[in-house]
Amino acid sequence: MAVELQIRNLHAHVEGDEQPILRGVNLTIRQGEIHALMGPNGSGKSTLANVLMGNPTYEVTEGQVLFGEHDLLEMEADERSRAGLFLAFQYPVSIPGVTLANFLRHAINARLKDEDPDSKGMPIPQFTRLLREKMNLLGIDHSFAGRYLNEGFSGGEKKRAEVLQMATLEPKIAVLDETDSGLDIDALRIVAEGVNKLTGPDMGALVITHYQRMLNYIKPDYVHVMFAGQIVESGGPELALQLEENGYDWIREKYAVAQS
Amino acid sequence: MVVQRRSQVDNIPAYSRSDVENLIASNNEPTWLKDRRLAAWDLYENTPMPRLEEEWRRTDYSHIHWTDASTVVTPNGAVVADVPQKNLEPLIGDRQGGLLVFVDGKLVHNEVADELTSQGIIFKDLRAAVKENEDIVKQYLMTQAVKPEDGKFASLNAALWDHGILIYFPKGVVAELPIHAVMYNKQSGGHLAHVLVVVEENAQATVQVDYASAEGPTHSSYVGATELIVGDAANLRYVALQEWNRETYEFSHQRALVGASANLDWVIGNMGTRLTKAFIEVDIVGTGANARVSGFFFADKNQFFDLDTQQNHNAPLTTSDLLFKGAAKDQARTLWQGMIKSLPKMQKIDGYQVCRNLVLSRDARMDSIPGLEIEADDVACSHAATFGTLEEELIFYLMARGIPRPQAQLMVIDGFFDELLQRIPFERVRQRLQAEIEAKILG
Repeated sequence: MAVELQIRNLHAHVEGDEQPILRGVNLTIRQGEIHALMGPNGSGKSTLANVLMGNPTYEVTEGQVLFGEHDLLEMEADERSRAGLFLAFQYPVSIPGVTLANFLRHAINARLKDEDPDSKGMPIPQFTRLLREKMNLLGIDHSFAGRYLNEGFSGGEKKRAEVLQMATLEPKIAVLDETDSGLDIDALRIVAEGVNKLTGPDMGALVITHYQRMLNYIKPDYVHVMFAGQIVESGGPELALQLEENGYDWIREKYAVAQS
Repeated sequence: MVVQRRSQVDNIPAYSRSDVENLIASNNEPTWLKDRRLAAWDLYENTPMPRLEEEWRRTDYSHIHWTDASTVVTPNGAVVADVPQKNLEPLIGDRQGGLLVFVDGKLVHNEVADELTSQGIIFKDLRAAVKENEDIVKQYLMTQAVKPEDGKFASLNAALWDHGILIYFPKGVVAELPIHAVMYNKQSGGHLAHVLVVVEENAQATVQVDYASAEGPTHSSYVGATELIVGDAANLRYVALQEWNRETYEFSHQRALVGASANLDWVIGNMGTRLTKAFIEVDIVGTGANARVSGFFFADKNQFFDLDTQQNHNAPLTTSDLLFKGAAKDQARTLWQGMIKSLPKMQKIDGYQVCRNLVLSRDARMDSIPGLEIEADDVACSHAATFGTLEEELIFYLMARGIPRPQAQLMVIDGFFDELLQRIPFERVRQRLQAEIEAKILG
């Protein structure tokens, strides 16, 4: 059965700052569906992504998030990941001294340990094969595996490394937080092609983007518009085109009153 | 009401001149050594305990119980089987050129491969060497590298060292196998050891020394000296791993002399002790010499590591590359003070000196004070100290991929030390240091 991510009336703010950023978000994403989340800067899109993943910088004050059987908000970030949620970060941090391969092997082994506490982890040759296969699928140079995580990576390389991690960990639902930001058109196409290879019946995606251009490559089933911490409009792909044509001003005009 | 306090005067090592005289008599030492010991003792007695000097003023060792820590230790039958296996393992593979193990100052294991002996390599108890290789010991012992006048504890070591090692590589001799010495203590008290390594012209040596002790009930001290003399065009790879127990106070002077076109690769791992005060110095005395020093330290609980490093460029066209990396957690404190010096007009020198610190708790404190005193203009010298904490952002990133928090922390900390570990050419040493990181993070 397809897993559902159900977000119900979610409220959140930055830890230590009472100003609410999410003010009652409702959204349901099923495995196999692609949702685009658009909206002007500061509307709360990235906050939603981080809150879903369990970033301790944010505090949830109200609402519920269900992920299949799980009450997501009761889980640590690592548990959410192992349950099948993935976040492609907008700004992936670099971690000196930790290679991409070593890191991914730990991530896989943590999953195996969940299934079997006595698991010794995936044998290195098997892991190497798996990683190579994923790198081939995404057209990523094998030397990537031995590089320190995101250290000295270009903007495009960082985003491709995120997609590689997604491919290797095979999540049920992936949240892509402005994966298009900072990419030139070629890099964007490469990253989007990678995402397209991974989406399908087994993976649902929430593609967060400020611009419509990403959606020229990744075709969403649903498009949502976020404004002032709430999803204010939902529709099909035509909504994205409407935003492309008219910008976000009409959203502001329509909902600014409601906000104040 | 009368408040009883231990006065400053009483709180000093409880040795006396008769301890020196007894040592000389029981070893039946030659006159030159007797004279040197007694002269060092006079110097020791006439030097006040260091307290306010620049290199000591941040170091509080007033709480040490010297009555316990300077008890003369008499070996009481401990054997090599008392020493943990990890301290005995060869540096590389399953063979070593020699293994000398001391327990409580007594030589309990003495194994030197025939092929080394036939090459003229000397690897033995320093007390035996005084008799059997007198010329070598007399020439080098505290005459060139560490000297009695280097400080209060250097003169104390000169007067009272009661066990030690001589490692001597004659001209042009290349040993394929590493040699290994272990100083292990089972008893509390005062331990005074001396390591003298001489690698003559064109010779090549790889040496490891382990220091460790069983958990002790009372304060102990280790007053040590290490002298590394690397001749012209010689090559020395030297690894010292220190795991004294947490009741031990270390006061050590370690100095290398690097001759023309010679190479020194020196790895130092500081893991144990309650307090370490170590002077680690490299004198680059010959043109074209290169020295690399890699230091690891990780302090937790009430440990205080105080490391003074100095790179002295006393010859032109020389390089030195020093990297120390350390972490502190709980209430631990660390201090690193570094200095690169050059004699006037030593052109074309390249000195590099960096200490990187990872502060793992709010109550831990780490200080680093780099310094340069260069009296030449055509040089490339750089120094730096950096401080970081365990950033929650990095931990979150790893956790967001399914890695549990303790493991995520360990990965980030391992990653921090990776730059240092990559400089160490011995897999087993890297593993030992990684095990230490893991033990201290999870412990």
